[in-house]
Amino acid sequence: MGRFSLPGGNPMLADTPDAARGLGLAFAFPDGTQWRTAMLNTAVFPDNSPQGFYDRLLASKPDKMTGKPDPAAMSAFEKAHPESAAAMALNKQHPPTLGFADSTYSGFITFYFVNGAGVRTPVRWAFVPMQEALAPHAGTTNSLFDALVRQLRKGPLQWRLVLTVGQPGDPVADATLPWPSDRRTVDAGVLTLTGIETERAGNARDINFDPQVLPDGIQPSDDPLLSARSAVYAASYRARTGEPKSASAVQVDEVAP
Amino acid sequence: VTQPPGRYPVRTRILHWLTAVLIFSALFIGFVMVRSIGSYSSLVLVHMTLGLIILSVVVVRIANRFTHRVPKLPDTVGWVEHKLVVGSELTLYALILAQPLVGWAMVSASGSHAVIFGSLQLPRIAPFNADLYFVLRQTHLLVAFALVAVIAAHVSAVLWHTLTLRDGMLSRMGFAVGARSSGASVREVQETGGVSSADTHARGN
Repeated sequence: MGRFSLPGGNPMLADTPDAARGLGLAFAFPDGTQWRTAMLNTAVFPDNSPQGFYDRLLASKPDKMTGKPDPAAMSAFEKAHPESAAAMALNKQHPPTLGFADSTYSGFITFYFVNGAGVRTPVRWAFVPMQEALAPHAGTTNSLFDALVRQLRKGPLQWRLVLTVGQPGDPVADATLPWPSDRRTVDAGVLTLTGIETERAGNARDINFDPQVLPDGIQPSDDPLLSARSAVYAASYRARTGEPKSASAVQVDEVAP
Repeated sequence: VTQPPGRYPVRTRILHWLTAVLIFSALFIGFVMVRSIGSYSSLVLVHMTLGLIILSVVVVRIANRFTHRVPKLPDTVGWVEHKLVVGSELTLYALILAQPLVGWAMVSASGSHAVIFGSLQLPRIAPFNADLYFVLRQTHLLVAFALVAVIAAHVSAVLWHTLTLRDGMLSRMGFAVGARSSGASVREVQETGGVSSADTHARGN
């Protein structure tokens, strides 16, 4: 089961092509274990610490008068967090693709894959698309989601699960730093999405895509974002399971052909 | 005539203090971890492990509770207080038994597994249901507050008896060191034979 997402606290906002696209996935294995991962379509993550993330949110808070972030606050942030400035510059070099279906979703954070002998290998993963995306209809509110729904009605969508194997010296606790492009990659499988549903009780709406729900053989690294994500996702899950439910912004049945 | 209070069997006293340490740790870590960012993941793992150990210990304690009679309460305990003692003991057992189960069920209702000792997955004991998760999550917090309140009352009552009434209440659950000092005040009560608690208090000072 999975969940496509766009960022922000207001689900009714119009889709924008530049907003980071998210894909959360929850795999259930026959032995009862699970693997949950939440990824983005950018090259790297903009922050390497919870403090950096917090500071960036404050700096990008829209000004009450202009409705836009204060440029002075953002440049002060970039001075204080050069790692974020570099990461955001790198992400700008990788413009987003047409839609959800042709986006590469990366995990950024390093995990250790552990073999039977207990040897730990640093790994990062990404889901690489195997199809082009249908063009979004310009001027519609849910242009990206609607295009995804139309495409999934025609047939399944597929992504290759690509594992990148780290080498000694590669950063394992800093999601703003990419690994060198010549690292060995392993094709570990194909993700096939066969259907799409409106959020409802019991589907992806009710899953906490906690990055530390891992099967045997995958272990978390010391990346400080991991614990922070678990903590914040848990608080968010508690808040949203307790609040009154409103109709989802995207209604799959109402998407025009 | 006032009898010196007897003691619980050694195994019961060990189980009692083991439970006390475990519950204090689990409550403390629980309240800290929900406010923490960097240590959240590791604290949750310790918290879940403590919870399962507490559940195992309390099951052993309940079974053990039926294997012996309870040492007589000091005569300073009247019939009303006696009812309170029985009621608070039952409440504590119920809360300590419920809390790990609620926590385990809560994790299960979120669709994932409780994990102990770092990597051992426990089976799920509740269906995947977000509404149920929220009810259990709130219950887990309420039971935690109830535990803090009942434990505070429990400790206060024992301290009141031991330090103010000097009736040796703590020695029923105590080991040698505590027993000797409180045993002295009990003997004092015995010599005068059925003095009122106020007298004991005055004499103690």
